Amino acid sequence: MTRTANMTLNFSDEQAMILESAKAFCADKSPITVVRSLLDSDRGYLPEVWDEMVALGWTGISIPEQYGGSDLGVGSIIPLIESMGRHLHCAPLISTSLAAQAILRGGSEQQKQTWLPKIVEGAIGTLAVLDNSDWGASLSACTLETSDQKLRLSGRKLLVSDASVADFFVVSANHQGKACLVIVDAAQLAPECLHRKTLIDETKRACDIDFSGVEVDASALLPNGEAALRDIRLLGALFSAAEATGSCAATLDCIVDYLTTRIQFGKLIGSYQALKHPTVDILLQMEASRSLLYQAASIVSAASVDTDVEIACRMAKAQATEALLFAGDRAVQFHGGMGFTYDCDAQLYLRRGQWQQHQYGDAQHHRRHLAALLLD
Amino acid sequence: MTAELTEFRAEVAAWLRDNNPADPGFLLPQTFMEVGSERILDFLREWQHKVWSAGYLGMAWPEKYGGRGLSPIYQTIADEEMRRLQVPICFNVIGLGWAGPLILDIGSDYEKEKYLKGILNAEDIWCQGFSEPNHGSDLGAIQTRAERDGDAYVVNGSKIWTTMGNYAKYMILLARTDTQAERRYNGLSFFLAPMDADGISTAPIKKLTGEYGFTETFFTDARIPVDCIMGEEGQGWRIAMKTLQYERGAETGAAGGIQILSIMMEDLLRMAQDMERDGQPLLKDPVTRDNLVKFLIEEKSVYLAQQRADIPALCADYPNSLQLSSKLRSTEFFRRMRQYALNLQGAQGSLYVGDDQAIDGGFWQRAYLNNFSTTIGGGTSQVQANIVGEHVLGLPKD
Repeated sequence: MTRTANMTLNFSDEQAMILESAKAFCADKSPITVVRSLLDSDRGYLPEVWDEMVALGWTGISIPEQYGGSDLGVGSIIPLIESMGRHLHCAPLISTSLAAQAILRGGSEQQKQTWLPKIVEGAIGTLAVLDNSDWGASLSACTLETSDQKLRLSGRKLLVSDASVADFFVVSANHQGKACLVIVDAAQLAPECLHRKTLIDETKRACDIDFSGVEVDASALLPNGEAALRDIRLLGALFSAAEATGSCAATLDCIVDYLTTRIQFGKLIGSYQALKHPTVDILLQMEASRSLLYQAASIVSAASVDTDVEIACRMAKAQATEALLFAGDRAVQFHGGMGFTYDCDAQLYLRRGQWQQHQYGDAQHHRRHLAALLLD
Repeated sequence: MTAELTEFRAEVAAWLRDNNPADPGFLLPQTFMEVGSERILDFLREWQHKVWSAGYLGMAWPEKYGGRGLSPIYQTIADEEMRRLQVPICFNVIGLGWAGPLILDIGSDYEKEKYLKGILNAEDIWCQGFSEPNHGSDLGAIQTRAERDGDAYVVNGSKIWTTMGNYAKYMILLARTDTQAERRYNGLSFFLAPMDADGISTAPIKKLTGEYGFTETFFTDARIPVDCIMGEEGQGWRIAMKTLQYERGAETGAAGGIQILSIMMEDLLRMAQDMERDGQPLLKDPVTRDNLVKFLIEEKSVYLAQQRADIPALCADYPNSLQLSSKLRSTEFFRRMRQYALNLQGAQGSLYVGDDQAIDGGFWQRAYLNNFSTTIGGGTSQVQANIVGEHVLGLPKD
């Protein structure tokens, strides 16, 4: 293997149990009929299902025991998210987990004590870290200026996931020439600051948010925000890879289901190699995604993201997002005329793939960074 | 134990460094399917004999059959060191990896006595007679006949893709003893056949590389002694499938030694290191960089697949998926990667083995061409895709 590739891959019995129960939970709570019934809804998920997930301990799974969590490690979130992706289940777990990681990694003891127990109990957080179309942009267009005793935000954040249900935001901004993270309570935002976006993936919810004029105390500024911002962008890529991998497995199921029931020219269409072989390609791509995903999950930890983890997160996202794009595209095509209709589920997966690729950087973005890590 | 193993590893590494043969002045084979001349044969035979004499081959096989009766961990360590230090392959692969473990497992004392030591010390080269012309990917359909006649089986037919058929002393042979069997698989029997029997002849096959390494093998009223049959008549399919398990690494017992010198991305990056395009290092070219990273991601996923297959909880969707797709995944990856290596060579990529300007002596050109033995042999990638589609995804047969 190449010099820099860490190949550690392990999965504990405990994680296996988490995966098993998460799969069953999501299959039960998020059958495709429910997914479709939520496409037009405001939230995109059922609050009572979120409450159940909180009660099951999903929001506290990677939070240390002293803050009320079960401290099973960041890697333990992966099976949860993969299972949700598999059933297009959109409760705000990714957003909240990333907000929790931001505070865990960048926050003061006081901030951790304030926010983490709330997250364990179901408070919804989300990241507002995107300023323009470029996930690679290093400096934020948003600024945090000191005025009187207060810190004052100005600028707009794009595509903030689950913004309309969030109880708090972790916002990136420029502060004294450096990137920083600051916590903003949802109560500080007037409703007109949030602009709901029309997304290609109708299961998802996001808003652009204008934070201009929002004032916070110094106590809202994360002391180690710059490093935490770098970490959570990579964890965002990893969590997105988990969701994409789950959605890719679901896309494959959708294709196989059609190929084993649809008859044309007197034969089940799955018997035609023109359909069979690319479907096998999708399987192989999905398997590659899953291998890279769980390898990354094996080495990610509470410690700050090192080179091995960075490589693993970027590889996982680059692979998973391309696999899902390919699967979704083929799912529509292989359904023929049905695939061109809104009623066919294939469009849900195609749209998921198109949305998903732009979460925390597309494949090419991550490969560009990997090239620097692996080739220079 | 651990200290002992660490010491052993150092001992093997030291021996390998001291004894790694000097460059013989010709391209050495990457695999045992590339033994195309007497000088390559002599070189590899001498090397394997040397490794065995030093005690680093067949370490887990019983002492009375030429082994050392040690725990398999020793052989694993020795193999790791051989791979790491890139010494030549142990080329008697059909013997070391297939016939040997099979004989150890289900052979009689007589068979063990007769065959095993010669496999290890490279005196007796083994070949395999499974595939036939016209039935490349469908073993169940083989036509070569073996008819009982007194103290012999009379064999008629032909085999193809016999690796080292022209140098082998023995062949593991699958032939049809019963044409009336209700299921065609039940009519097959398995033989340990002497290649010097009257009526057996071989014709070398010139590969797409221009080199040799395989033969077609013809049986014309060849008389094979009755005691060469393994097991009973009609058990051939079962024994052949067991043999294939050794090939796929699903059953242990192989004598060890490295059988293939893998070409990894690291080798490709090393090759690309000094190349230039328009005065700039090739590795600064954004398109090249993106392609190389794609291959690096894929390489990692290929190697992780083997590890993940050992974690059932992560294979719950399709429990047999990673195993059944392993050949397809890895051989196609290597094919594309080697093909890309030629692309990266620019104008020099058009040279071939024998040209003194060819990069690494034409190693990459030959490696790409030879790689088709893996995407075609043992079931083409297209047949593999059918197998995966049908047996993993449950798609209908065509």
